Amino acid sequence: MSTDPNDLESLVNRRYEHGFVTDIESETLPPGLNEDVIRAISARKKEPEFMLDWRLKAYRHWLTLQEPEWAHVHYPQIDYQDISYFSAPKSDDDRPKSLDEVDPKLLETYEKLGIPLHERARLAGVAVDAVFDSVSVATTFKDKLHDAGVIFCPFSEAVIKHPDLVKKYLGSVVPHRDNFFAALNSAVFTDGSFVYIPKGVRCPMELSTYFRINAANTGQFERTLIVAEEGSHVSYLEGCTAPMRDENQLHAAVVELVAMKDAEIKYSTVQNWYPGDENGKGGIYNFVTKRGDCRGDNSRISWTQVETGSAITWKYPSCILRGENSVGEFYSVAVTNNMQQADTGTKMIHIGKNSSSTIVSKGISAGRAQQSYRGLVKVMPQADGARNHTQCDSLLIGKNCGAHTFPYMEVKNPSAKVEHEATTSRISENQLFYCRQRGISEEDAVNMIVNGFCKEVFKELPMEFAVEAQALLNVSLEGAVG
Amino acid sequence: MLEVKNLKASIVGKEILSGLNLSVAAGEVHAIMGPNGSGKSTLAQVIAGQTDYEVTDGSVEFLGKDLLELETEERAREGIFLGFQYPVEIPGVNNAYLLKAAVNAKRKHHGLSEIDAFEFLKLAREKMAMLGMDQSFLNRGVNEGFSGGEKKRNEILQMAMLEPLLAILDETDSGLDIDALKAVANGVNSLRDPERAIVLVTHYQRLLDYIEPDYVHVLSGGRIVRSGDKSLALELEERGYEWVREAANA
Ligand SMILES: Nc1ncnc2c1ncn2[C@@H]1O[C@H](COP(=O)(O)OP(=O)(O)O)[C@@H](O)[C@H]1O
Ligand SMILES: [Mg+2]
Repeated sequence: MSTDPNDLESLVNRRYEHGFVTDIESETLPPGLNEDVIRAISARKKEPEFMLDWRLKAYRHWLTLQEPEWAHVHYPQIDYQDISYFSAPKSDDDRPKSLDEVDPKLLETYEKLGIPLHERARLAGVAVDAVFDSVSVATTFKDKLHDAGVIFCPFSEAVIKHPDLVKKYLGSVVPHRDNFFAALNSAVFTDGSFVYIPKGVRCPMELSTYFRINAANTGQFERTLIVAEEGSHVSYLEGCTAPMRDENQLHAAVVELVAMKDAEIKYSTVQNWYPGDENGKGGIYNFVTKRGDCRGDNSRISWTQVETGSAITWKYPSCILRGENSVGEFYSVAVTNNMQQADTGTKMIHIGKNSSSTIVSKGISAGRAQQSYRGLVKVMPQADGARNHTQCDSLLIGKNCGAHTFPYMEVKNPSAKVEHEATTSRISENQLFYCRQRGISEEDAVNMIVNGFCKEVFKELPMEFAVEAQALLNVSLEGAVG
Repeated sequence: MLEVKNLKASIVGKEILSGLNLSVAAGEVHAIMGPNGSGKSTLAQVIAGQTDYEVTDGSVEFLGKDLLELETEERAREGIFLGFQYPVEIPGVNNAYLLKAAVNAKRKHHGLSEIDAFEFLKLAREKMAMLGMDQSFLNRGVNEGFSGGEKKRNEILQMAMLEPLLAILDETDSGLDIDALKAVANGVNSLRDPERAIVLVTHYQRLLDYIEPDYVHVLSGGRIVRSGDKSLALELEERGYEWVREAANA
């Protein structure tokens, strides 16, 4: 390995580990989108009427919208008529009641992903609601959660079993009119997670969902809704990986969080979707709308994310700080390598008095990747004493990558305190030489520097996932230098 | 231990070392002196494996091995330590973490088990006490915001922890006040050992009052133009570098 400065550009030759396709026969709707497709999705999921009406309303609105073009990303035109909007593993009609009944091929897939569902769930005490394609296949630890009064189930199940809760909260944070991708999701979403934590309950375990895209040419539209009633507490982890693909795959999820008075929601994401090859071919397009509503006083919502995947990421987990003294937090590590493009950030909307928010964004770019941080801090006139602190750091590896920062601040209350700090640094040849002279390999040196750069965010992740996230980062940047 | 023969090295096409010879045996302390820009750091960097420099001729052997064939990290694990003239800052990376990773990389290379956290801390604290370093340095970023003197002490701490066979200290004395200089000299002297060789690069004779060298060499124009015992350093101090330059050209 040499430290010739020119070699800094020969970044990343790592093959995507999770790039394989499981050949479980999928029952897939033919490509195309119209009202009949939406009716078919709703019928297959045996949804009540209100759900179908809601979908159709969203679809009709979506038809009037233009795809947004303002993000700092470039990709070929997506043909929405070329996407299949529903696919389920064959065994869907006969849902497995336990892991023993799960298609062994599927379990093998989890195995390859390093998610031994059995062990993981038992050892770590994590309830796993695994989504395979568009339908949830295995759900564990239901009993323990049931005893606590927690509802944690596939979204499609919630629609049938808890229609009142779904009706009350669905779209209350991200309305179907919110944006192009949210409208599309509202029309065609197939599954996701539903979480309801009753008043005063501290969820007895971390809730976790692993998403995985599988069937070819199938868009994936998850819908997640988490409601934390007064004084309750929940920590939720979302993680995902996807198989290698040649066509670009669209992903447009919507996540809605509602925190009532004194409630706390911690939402952590470790995202590792296929980023495409060195030339950017075949990666996932990830257009996500994530928003939390701190509806009650003293409520708190934290978004923590470690993102290494996707060809294109367009994502701004946000908090609406409605309650007095409510707290919004955003801790993010985003890695872009090769031809990856990411336009991410957050929005903190201060409405409640003395609401406060913290933004810590760590961006790492290598190869020819482009990364933008786009953050909005908005303080409404009534938000007396609102505070925000934003720390936005970029780390560059090599000479052909870029980092861009677009901080927007709209402060309409003079008592507000809003601070923004930003830094950009580059891993230098001198730093690497220094480490190597101490006997540390170049790869370990890069990992050390990157992990040091990210530790503020890692410490916000639930313990068991922090280690995983760190390993993921190391793998993502393998070969990033030299 | 170290045999440098007819070494020629250049950077961006410019020749800096032009046929340098140097022989260092275990147990010896050598001082390399010379005017600014004479190639002292270049020599140190080439031995450490900095690839910005191109070796165009000659050989470097370390314990009978062709050093130029080895990667930088392999040289380090074999026992070569370079105390940098300008130690780089690595913000965010914990000083203790780097130190422990370095110690373990070397131990692994020699088939030893990793040092445990307790052992490591004990050892590090001992060495820091000897160097008059505050414990808090362990938890700071590597060289982050350190003063010049603190950086140099940190280099010596790393050396003391890594126990190299050959330590090359590139102007570790420059910019130090007298207390720091004494602390550094103390650290270096404590490592003097029949198994170990130390090469001090300096352009002041001041350091040599505290660390007594067995040999003194004068580097000029990319070559060692004069070698002698420690009296050479005193003579140099008196007569200046012009004197050796003239001697070299004569
Ligand atoms: N990166 C570089 N590019 C061009 N010239 C360099 C570079 N590094 C060192 N040099 C030149 O090499 C010569 C020797 O430098 P150096 O070995 O640092 O000298 P010393 O340590 O004896 O003061 C000087 O003339 C210096 O300008
Ligand atoms: Mg020098």
